[in-house]
Amino acid sequence: MNRILACTLLCWTVVASARTEGPLYQARVDLENKASLQRGARLFTNYCLSCHSAAYSRYSRVARDLGLTEDEVANNLMFTTDKIGNTMTVAMRRTDAESWFGTPPPDLSVIARARGADWLYTFLLTFYEDPSRPTGVNNLAFKDTAMPHVLWELQGYQKPVVVTEKDPEGRDVQRIEKLEPSTPGLLDARQYRDAVRDLVNFLVYMGEPAKMMRQKMGAWVILFLVVFWLVARQLKKEYWKDVR
Amino acid sequence: MNGVTAALGRAFDGLIGWIDARFPLLKLWNEHLAKYYAPKNFNFWYYFGSLALLVLVLQILTGIWLTMNYKPDAELAFGSVEYIMRDVDWGWLIRYMHSTGASAFFIVIYLHMFRGLLYGSYKKPRELLWIIGMMIYLTLMGEAFFGYLLPWGQMSFWGAKVIVSLYGAIPIIGPDLAQWIRGDYGISDVTLNRFFAFHVIAMPLILCGLVVVHIMALHEVGSNNPDGIEIKKKKDADGVPLDGIPFHPYYTVKDIVGVAVFLILFAGAIFFAPEMGGYFLEDNNFIPADPFKTPPHIAPVWYFTPFYSILRAVPNPFGGVVAMGCAVVLFFFLPWLDQSPVKSIRYRGLLSRAALVIFAVSFLILGYLGTQPPTPVTSNLARIFSVIYFLYFLLMPVYTRAEKTLPEPERVRYP
Repeated sequence: MNRILACTLLCWTVVASARTEGPLYQARVDLENKASLQRGARLFTNYCLSCHSAAYSRYSRVARDLGLTEDEVANNLMFTTDKIGNTMTVAMRRTDAESWFGTPPPDLSVIARARGADWLYTFLLTFYEDPSRPTGVNNLAFKDTAMPHVLWELQGYQKPVVVTEKDPEGRDVQRIEKLEPSTPGLLDARQYRDAVRDLVNFLVYMGEPAKMMRQKMGAWVILFLVVFWLVARQLKKEYWKDVR
Repeated sequence: MNGVTAALGRAFDGLIGWIDARFPLLKLWNEHLAKYYAPKNFNFWYYFGSLALLVLVLQILTGIWLTMNYKPDAELAFGSVEYIMRDVDWGWLIRYMHSTGASAFFIVIYLHMFRGLLYGSYKKPRELLWIIGMMIYLTLMGEAFFGYLLPWGQMSFWGAKVIVSLYGAIPIIGPDLAQWIRGDYGISDVTLNRFFAFHVIAMPLILCGLVVVHIMALHEVGSNNPDGIEIKKKKDADGVPLDGIPFHPYYTVKDIVGVAVFLILFAGAIFFAPEMGGYFLEDNNFIPADPFKTPPHIAPVWYFTPFYSILRAVPNPFGGVVAMGCAVVLFFFLPWLDQSPVKSIRYRGLLSRAALVIFAVSFLILGYLGTQPPTPVTSNLARIFSVIYFLYFLLMPVYTRAEKTLPEPERVRYP
């Protein structure tokens, strides 16, 4: 019996842990780092919020969760509204966005939950020059993305180093081995990675603001339940003394 | 102080007496709890019936609170779920309880069903009890399927599209039937509205009704036990089974221990892994439904994937639908497929034991394969394990008759 149970649980663990990921950089975000979240919020509102909305995220909630005053948020982060209770919408019309980019830029409220932090981090790090694209850039994580390299000012531009390899059938195929800087930006490589990490950190926070409290609360809930379990077990033992 | 307690006691007895003169309260209490005699040798596997009831109640309660803020409208549905997650007080907790509860329901039900297979709980006189249970399982599948459309994410939309289109594979009436289910030419606002109606009214009503009938049938025939022998055969002078103990208080206090352990695991998922690595909440479902963007890989939620694997294992679409249907329907026939003279796995032969282990492993492997994109290797594996799945049922009359069984004990083994 116990063997059957162990096998069942083992199989479930294998199934539960089987989730594949592509080759991605590790974002290593930290929701406890308020300064990082605040810097990420500034990058988000300065660079992303012109085209992408975050229509389910409220400025007032961002202020509260990130430890900012409403005045600080109003003066530094709010460009599209003057009401702190509003959500992060954009002025760009959907029809305009479609004609400019081919597809309207997606709302970013829950993008971190759909794509994952590592994917977003890799995406924002791996834009490279590609004259064949309308925007002049392509991306390693999202081939032929419609998004221009919005952070070019910070990162500068990168060019691909292409190598020719043989595929299993002996044909020549070209592969991008690495990206190397071609035009410098305002930040060096390390500073840019840190800035992108801040931005991704903010996107992860925005994907699920409740995450900041749920894990802290969860520990207390489970502690209570463990105590409840111990009491329940004693009660059961007391009653079952009679059963022979 | 004692006087006050005595007065309160008299008032309580008076109230019970007043109700009992007008409603069979004590009769119901005794029949289903205080004088319902359950075998004293229940083990780990016997927690899952009461846990299923607990999860049903949790799903109904959290569902009621979710409907207070959810909008069954294709334009608003996705946003209303995010509104619940952000702006509704404790909305995130209620939503995670509901989404985790859906998976927990299936985990508990699958373990409850596996208990039935282990100890032959479907065999005479519990055939009808088993069939009612299977009807609950089918209704639960419907409930989960309809509910999964409601968040209106990409997986909600495309999952529903794939499953409804399966009906289109039925010859002659298929396409019209699929359109009738959707209420539109594609999955649309119309579909969302009717699925909402099914999810919050029709299916829960049927589910609750069937659960009541399931418990009535159980209490009529009495509970099976890990030894698979009938405790009603040995009774004392008062007609109480010698190996039976009153459900209340013995199994109520025991089930509370099970509830506590379940809630610890449940809270672990809710607070620390509500997505469960994409198995409880799929990544793609955080992208709003878009009829013009097909996700690269569409897979149903984990609890449907064993059947989805069987569907994909058959090259012909209609054949796949039939195979998938049979995979579920065969469970209904277990009471008659099983020809063993004993109920419990404890007294069965090697063939039954091996068959059950191979079946359980096949079910899990099919479940895993159903979550993966189809490749030639996974498709062939799915075919092999689908055949094994069906052989468990189809060969059951043969191997349960052919094997040598052990003698059953006169009384249950306890402890």
